[in-house]
Amino acid sequence: MLTVDNLEKTYDSGDKALKGVSFEVSGNEIVAIIGPSGAGKSTLVRSINRLTEPTAGRVSLDDTEVTGLDKSALRDVRRDMGMIFQEFNLVERLTVMENILSGRLGYLSTWNAFRRNFPPEDIKRAREILSRVNLEGVENNRADELSGGQRQRVGIARAVIQRPKILLADEPTSALDPDTSREVMSLLTDIAHEDDIPIIINIHEVDLAVDYADRIIGLSDGEIVFNGPPDDLDQAARDKIYRGGESIADREGPSAGSSTDSDDVIAERGD
Amino acid sequence: MSNSTDSWSRFDRRERLLRFFGLLAGLVILVAAWRAMEVNYGYAVTAPRELADLFGRMYPPNVGYSRKIVGPLLETINISILGTALAIVMAIPVAFLGASNTAPNKPAYLLGKFIISFTRSVNVIIWALIFVVIFGPGALAGVLAISIRSIGFTAKLIAEAIEEIDRGSVEAITAAGASPVDVLIYSIVPQIKPAFISVATLRWDINVRASTIIGFVGAGGIGVPLQTEINYFNWEAVLTILISILGLVLISEAISAYLRKKVM
Repeated sequence: MLTVDNLEKTYDSGDKALKGVSFEVSGNEIVAIIGPSGAGKSTLVRSINRLTEPTAGRVSLDDTEVTGLDKSALRDVRRDMGMIFQEFNLVERLTVMENILSGRLGYLSTWNAFRRNFPPEDIKRAREILSRVNLEGVENNRADELSGGQRQRVGIARAVIQRPKILLADEPTSALDPDTSREVMSLLTDIAHEDDIPIIINIHEVDLAVDYADRIIGLSDGEIVFNGPPDDLDQAARDKIYRGGESIADREGPSAGSSTDSDDVIAERGD
Repeated sequence: MSNSTDSWSRFDRRERLLRFFGLLAGLVILVAAWRAMEVNYGYAVTAPRELADLFGRMYPPNVGYSRKIVGPLLETINISILGTALAIVMAIPVAFLGASNTAPNKPAYLLGKFIISFTRSVNVIIWALIFVVIFGPGALAGVLAISIRSIGFTAKLIAEAIEEIDRGSVEAITAAGASPVDVLIYSIVPQIKPAFISVATLRWDINVRASTIIGFVGAGGIGVPLQTEINYFNWEAVLTILISILGLVLISEAISAYLRKKVM
């Protein structure tokens, strides 16, 4: 179970990205974090494994308090948290297999890392995951030879091979086309159910969040303004997340056309 | 001067004066330097005749002599290869110090930058002279001179490649719980590999040329017989050596160009 308690982040520039965010994630729940650009979605996800160092508050994974760990203990707890990135963040010049196995580096000695000497069970698992994410046959291709969708599946495989207790996904579909985005989302939901781990997905496409998430957290200006199942995400809730409570009708007035429903909110997703 | 809207000049009066005196000072320095050289114009007049005379004595090249220079030529190649290899070994840690994103702290970064500037600022001939004094004449002094001189160049270009890497995969591997050394091995090294090979072969190519002249100060290679034959006025042998150097340089340039193209 992941517990985020009163998390704050103030950047050196003085920007308050997170203003006391608290929530819990457990089981095999898929939690989508939505909100306009600059709401602090990315900061929140990155603060959980401390790629971004939070300035106050607590993050705990099961009984381990992640905030406050020293460097070596932080590395150990990071092995339990898989992360998936918007731009995939693969080592482009290495093969698919090497990229997937890099998820196990936290368990490997430096000497074995240097010799790319992974234990047989890691390699066996890497092959299993390859077929799970539908990448059989390309394991010896270099990552830069793959399409965007394939690269993101390598990124997912790299996170899954860690045997994480939780997956963190930072805008995993933003660099992909709509069809590929749906493939990636259903792959992530399958993984959550099969491996019985929760996933936190920071996403700006509200329709994807509604279709795939079990719960939606709406972030606005560094604060949680919505936390509930997708069915509860009505127009009022969307207005609160994306327009600070101002309703569409108020803003658009009499000239509002027939398309002023959820489509409009999606257009506001804040690119 | 009217303050109207239809007149415009790029510089005001003060700037024009400054520019004029700057140009004047430049011309004065040029003329003074030319006069200080005390050129003997008589030599310039006879130069074409001397050139024809020298070439007459050089031609035809002494083909029989070419057997004698095989050894020194191989030594030149060895000096360039060993010198470059040693330079790379020393340049890699310097490069990581001298790259802002991998330097452990500010003093280490400045130390890296200092080593890069210092080794580059002294010419290879001067390094060779120093090492001939320390280790005596021969190829060892040459290898050391070449390697020390090459550290700055090699480290600077590798450091630039390190600074240009994509941070994304560094972050991803860090997020998986890998140590900074794992990140170095798995993310940074693969990214700088093409630049590394390109820098190493380019420097080797430069070092082949440098290895042909350090023999003048006794640091081994083809420069040693070249200087000897010049001293004995064996001009036919000198031409043989010059042709062999030209061939060597062309071959090394071709190899280095091929390798650099291949890794791009």
